[in-house]
Amino acid sequence: MELILDILTGICFFIASLSVIIGACGLIKLPDVFSRIHAAGMIDTGGTAFFIIGMVFQTGWSLITVKLILIGVFIFFTSPVTSHVTANLARQKNILPVGKKIGKIL
Amino acid sequence: MKSLILFMVLLTLWLLMSGYYNILLISLGIISCAFCVYVAKRGKIIDDEGLPIFFMPRLLNYLMWLFKEILMSNLATAKVIINGKVEPETFTVKASQVTDVAKVTYANSITLTPGTVTTKMQKNIFEVHALNSDFGDDVRTNEMDKKVTWLEGKK
Repeated sequence: MELILDILTGICFFIASLSVIIGACGLIKLPDVFSRIHAAGMIDTGGTAFFIIGMVFQTGWSLITVKLILIGVFIFFTSPVTSHVTANLARQKNILPVGKKIGKIL
Repeated sequence: MKSLILFMVLLTLWLLMSGYYNILLISLGIISCAFCVYVAKRGKIIDDEGLPIFFMPRLLNYLMWLFKEILMSNLATAKVIINGKVEPETFTVKASQVTDVAKVTYANSITLTPGTVTTKMQKNIFEVHALNSDFGDDVRTNEMDKKVTWLEGKK
């Protein structure tokens, strides 16, 4: 049973590390501010979610599990706010996104 | 009524976070929770916006759907970053929610799914930036909009 949990944790950590690495590559590779926010969002959601799931497998049922899940909940509530603030500030400084614009934008 | 619910939520959080269950610490927790509720009540922030309990009955269902969606678009974003097929596009969508909390929930859900970001909003029109036309189509089909309107439950 211990072995199965360890393997599950390993798989979760592997997926999380992979998504953090790909997100970091995207941060360097993508063309402008707005596209780079997507890569950062990938680290925020995929990375943290799988790291926390992996850690929950290790703690089992205890108060630490609750604390881990609360950390996840708070990150999921706050990370879109930072993404939106970055994007909104860039738009207010009149930086227009690269690529096509469909219809009239605000 | 709402103050009581806020007090219960705060006290549950205290009990879960502290982990010590003796009389001194629990009574300190009750006192500090009561003080927080008093301050919130004096500041008049206990309303539908500060404590959106009308979401609660349908929240779990929505979160399950949102997690599935986040997982799928994480995969798609990873594929786009590796392939390098980036064709960003910007467009506007209309939100059909009534309350401000639901609009914020919708905008946050769009931002939380990788590949789409809400960049600006005016009244009920959102400007969305998408990494690819596939991500853009996901938002333009208004599936998420319908889900959030259902979560709000005012129509």
